[in-house]
Amino acid sequence: MLMYILRRLLLASITCVAISVLTFVIIRLPPGDFIDAYIANLASTGSSITADQAEAMRHDYGLDRPVIVQYFLWIARVVQGDFGVSMMWRRPVTEVIGDRLWLTMLVSFSALFLTWTIALPIGIYSAVKQYSVGDYIATMVGFLGLAIPNFLLALILMYFGFRYLGLSVGGLFSAEYAQEAWSWAKAWDLAKHVPLPACVLALAGTAQLIRIMRANLLDELRKPYVVTAKAKGIGNLRVILKYPVRAALNPFASSIAYVFPYLVSGSIIVSLVLGLPTVGPLLLQSLVAQDMYLAGTIVLLLGIMTVVGTLISDLLLMWIEPRLRLTGRL
Amino acid sequence: MADRPLLSVRELAVEFRADTGTVRALDSVSLDLRPGRVLGVVGESGCGKSVTARAILRILDRNGAIVAGKILLDPGTTAEVDLTALNPESQAMRGVRGARVGLIFQEPMSALSMQYTVGNQLIEAIRAHNDPGKSVARQRAIELLRDAGIPRPETRVDAYPFQLSGGLRQRVGIALALAGDPDILIADEPTTALDVTTQAQILTLLRRLQRDKHIALMLITHDMGVIAQMADDMAVMYLGRVVEYAPVREVFHSPRHPYTRALLRSVPDLRATPRQRLATIGGAVPQPNARPSGCPFHPRCPEVILGRCDVAPPAPVPPGEAGASCFLLEDAV
Repeated sequence: MLMYILRRLLLASITCVAISVLTFVIIRLPPGDFIDAYIANLASTGSSITADQAEAMRHDYGLDRPVIVQYFLWIARVVQGDFGVSMMWRRPVTEVIGDRLWLTMLVSFSALFLTWTIALPIGIYSAVKQYSVGDYIATMVGFLGLAIPNFLLALILMYFGFRYLGLSVGGLFSAEYAQEAWSWAKAWDLAKHVPLPACVLALAGTAQLIRIMRANLLDELRKPYVVTAKAKGIGNLRVILKYPVRAALNPFASSIAYVFPYLVSGSIIVSLVLGLPTVGPLLLQSLVAQDMYLAGTIVLLLGIMTVVGTLISDLLLMWIEPRLRLTGRL
Repeated sequence: MADRPLLSVRELAVEFRADTGTVRALDSVSLDLRPGRVLGVVGESGCGKSVTARAILRILDRNGAIVAGKILLDPGTTAEVDLTALNPESQAMRGVRGARVGLIFQEPMSALSMQYTVGNQLIEAIRAHNDPGKSVARQRAIELLRDAGIPRPETRVDAYPFQLSGGLRQRVGIALALAGDPDILIADEPTTALDVTTQAQILTLLRRLQRDKHIALMLITHDMGVIAQMADDMAVMYLGRVVEYAPVREVFHSPRHPYTRALLRSVPDLRATPRQRLATIGGAVPQPNARPSGCPFHPRCPEVILGRCDVAPPAPVPPGEAGASCFLLEDAV
């Protein structure tokens, strides 16, 4: 078991290194470098620097060294938490992402929580009462949820929320709090703004999860151990929850890997439509503006979150699946 | 056939709803389970042996339903209950499962959950009825494993099923079936998935437990050898009907039904001349949704009376008596 964990950790670190190399390559991909962009920037405002000054700056930033050395200089700073300066915002990248990261995670976790609490019971019901009226309704609603594009639903909900419920829609804060320091009033304002985006983001995931849970559970319900459990004389609900549902949950542990990067980025399109100050739109902006340190940091973050997510789902699976824990395979 | 039966199935009919229409899986099945006796139920795959077991425990799949007949527990006493009248989810029915009727499964690999320890699953069964508390239940679980012939039960109780061999798993299955201290046991092909040596050990164990506890055992199998070794009475089933019902000795010496005769002929015989072809029954079991008219066996029957067997089915074996469901016998009377 220890060997299994160690191997996972080793693989995870190797993958992280590979991701950092890839990220660096992406940062370096556009022609020219930061100084070229800086000179272009100065030129647009009418001022300029000499070629000697530019060389001196390149030397200061280490841009005249071989690419490999540059990579190690960059990664050395990244490891210390210095992700460089965003060219677009003229502030350190960590500051730019900072607040947005927490807000994104708040919205994403709310959406995830909503997804699981709605989808799992409905999925279980759908499987246990297969082909019942309730199952058909859940199936229909599920397919509708899958078919409706998120941004469209966001627009519709915004309209109805504003028109009939008088909600302040869009963004995560009302105008008067947006630039304020944190206070209870601001937190309450945030709490009022979170449900709408959470619902929009949860919808497609919920629909999908209902289908997956239903299919998984239908497979498990046919297995002989369910009959064994029933023949013991324990209640039906308890049988279903303890045995087949438990087994049907295993694939969810594996799906956490895919959920993790999403928690950080949020959905770009929905965030744009709803005007959410999350990381998603920031990534889009930074790519459009070729703000490479910012874009690189976000890409690196997403990559590493995927690796961490995979590691966590591996460990989780090992924790809930005794066969994997004790024999190292399924 | 001494002793009052503990459980009597009377003219039981079960139907399954399918896309192609309803399929009759059991048709007028009657049998008796008596204390201390073993009833062997034989027949080809799909003849309704397992459906009978599940119907008795009221754990048929959702698309299956009992459409006629009775399942009487303690018939003829003041405590007589018709299980078909109970709600399958009711407390009364749950009290029957495990505590009155235990079930032993065919597939020791898949019949146990791989996610809980042997002890967890066994203790759950013990505590389902007359909960003695956790620590007592654990002690009892260890005793049950020991009774089922599992070496080192104190450590095995904490093992997961995938850590045990097939034979040990089937012993766990037997311990599980006995956890509620039932007086009736249904063993659904308990040895089919095991190798021959293990098979013999499991059968010996079952026989010993059944005798010691004076249990009424219903042994479902397709192996005539197992029946000969284990059973007192036997029911031969074909396409959802009991075609012959009699003490084992009678059946082996003078089988009444052409199907039983054909089954007995198809058992390999050690004294046969080398390379002699094994007798087979011509044709195959018809699809359940394409039941032949009349006697379901008539298309494969070597002694078929055309114009008679294909028109209406013969009368079922009279409940509680030895006999066969065949026109040849009706004519002989």
